[in-house]
Amino acid sequence: MKVLVAVKRVVDFNVKIRVKADKTGVETANVKMSMNPFDEIGIEEAVRLKEKGTASEIIAVSMGPQGAQETIRTALAMGADRGIHVLTDAELQPLAVAKLLKAIIDKEKPRLVILGKQAIDDDCNQTGQMLAALLGWPQGTFASKVTPTADTAEVTREVDGGLETVELKLPAVITTDLRLNEPRYASLPNIMKAKKKPIEQIAPDALGVDPAPRLVTLKVEEPPKRKSGVKVKDVVDLVDKLKNEAKVI
Amino acid sequence: MTVLIVAEHDNATLKPATLHAVGAATKIGGDIAILVAGSGCKPAAEQAAKIAGVARVLVADHAGFAHPLAENLAPLIVKLAGGFSHVLAPATTSGKNVMPRVAALLDVGQISEIVAVESPDTFVRPIYAGNALATVQSKDKIKAITVRTTAFAAAAAEGGTAKIETVADGADAGLSKFVRQELSKSERPELTSARVVVSGGRGMGSGENFKLLEALADRLGAAVGASRAAVDAGFVPNDYQVGQTGKIVAPDLYIAIGISGAIQHLAGMKDSKTIVAINKDEEAPIFQVADYGLVGDLFKVVPELTAALPKKG
Repeated sequence: MKVLVAVKRVVDFNVKIRVKADKTGVETANVKMSMNPFDEIGIEEAVRLKEKGTASEIIAVSMGPQGAQETIRTALAMGADRGIHVLTDAELQPLAVAKLLKAIIDKEKPRLVILGKQAIDDDCNQTGQMLAALLGWPQGTFASKVTPTADTAEVTREVDGGLETVELKLPAVITTDLRLNEPRYASLPNIMKAKKKPIEQIAPDALGVDPAPRLVTLKVEEPPKRKSGVKVKDVVDLVDKLKNEAKVI
Repeated sequence: MTVLIVAEHDNATLKPATLHAVGAATKIGGDIAILVAGSGCKPAAEQAAKIAGVARVLVADHAGFAHPLAENLAPLIVKLAGGFSHVLAPATTSGKNVMPRVAALLDVGQISEIVAVESPDTFVRPIYAGNALATVQSKDKIKAITVRTTAFAAAAAEGGTAKIETVADGADAGLSKFVRQELSKSERPELTSARVVVSGGRGMGSGENFKLLEALADRLGAAVGASRAAVDAGFVPNDYQVGQTGKIVAPDLYIAIGISGAIQHLAGMKDSKTIVAINKDEEAPIFQVADYGLVGDLFKVVPELTAALPKKG
């Protein structure tokens, strides 16, 4: 089966972000960018399905400015077969991304679509669910195990109380959680090979989608800082502070 | 304004997360209705009707709602949403699962995990693991929202006299089936609503060593949590994870043990009232957010601390 994976370029998880002085957003110039960690897990899952003979072709899709190409190249180096880049400098919110993905999926007709459960920049956790809704497909969100058969996929989901397993009719949308797999590092020969794999570039209007944002960001600020505390010398000191100063025990 | 809240419940009982969503709805203003969709969910609906400030409880009792499958729930919520200006769900795994599906079907954006209501169309939400707060305004006719429960006070569970109404009998979309669940059983309080949380990290070394934490937790009447590192290492199950992409907690007292304090973990607990960190590495970033830091070997310190606390009950 054909598998499509959406990958997003985000500020690397190790970067300590800075809010812009004019409060319009977060500084992204000259900051290390990487593939959203949940999307790496998505690519890894698709590649494992291909290694098992379940997946026939893996398409990696990303959206955004020219730099998104790098993220697609990373996906190709990990084992995706080809890429699609929706090129735009405009702000894309989850609903717009879901609509653009739907337009691509209508054409490509994959049986399985995998996305990260959330991007670590906007922390929205929306796109996979929205895409499933627009397609009229079932959704296996926060997946920690995915077992596809010919017509169904059994998905174990990480839920607040523990684990829940559901059976979805294919085609379906899956969103990844942390325990689904451990993504591989691309090997140097695979990085070289990835440079020759095709990436198709499309403009949003060629897909017939109006990507205008629905939410207006009025301002972005730093959260209030916690006052730094004190070091206590031992357990007796700690218990005394908790009892008599913080009054929490 | 009219607000519809999607209740979090297990048919028999209403979950506290629902009360916090009502707390957020009160900040928005207007009439509040609660949707209880389930199977044999009358007890949960009756509890919802008692919540202070709730005008109506809409009950959809149908086998297709026995488990909160988004494919079955979303069409029901969409059908009802037309009569409301806001649709809210607590940002639990089931709220996060269904609400974006509802938003897309309504062709509206979603405002995820709001932590403050500025006005009926303007909300504050954390981004970048809570390292920035965005104030966003929605231009959509219906506002689809998930609520970070720790950011809003719970509405009173008693005192209300809402009218209970039956709505559409529901349907099975035929797209998905519940197979099974493996829920963690615990006598301890639930992580997201506990007054005290004791969390362990990679420094615990093994799942077996979490017994030390459990003994401490039992003295304090606390819930037990963990960092991602401890969950990934298999020390404890996934539902223990506190952090950016796990559970968000804000107890009166949070005790971080053997946790270095990656920003992704801090995102899940830094709104706790009092934070205690116990770590042998005095340079660990967790000490930067801790009110009280104790540098030492947790295997010595934790049993000492447990012994120094009075027995419960």
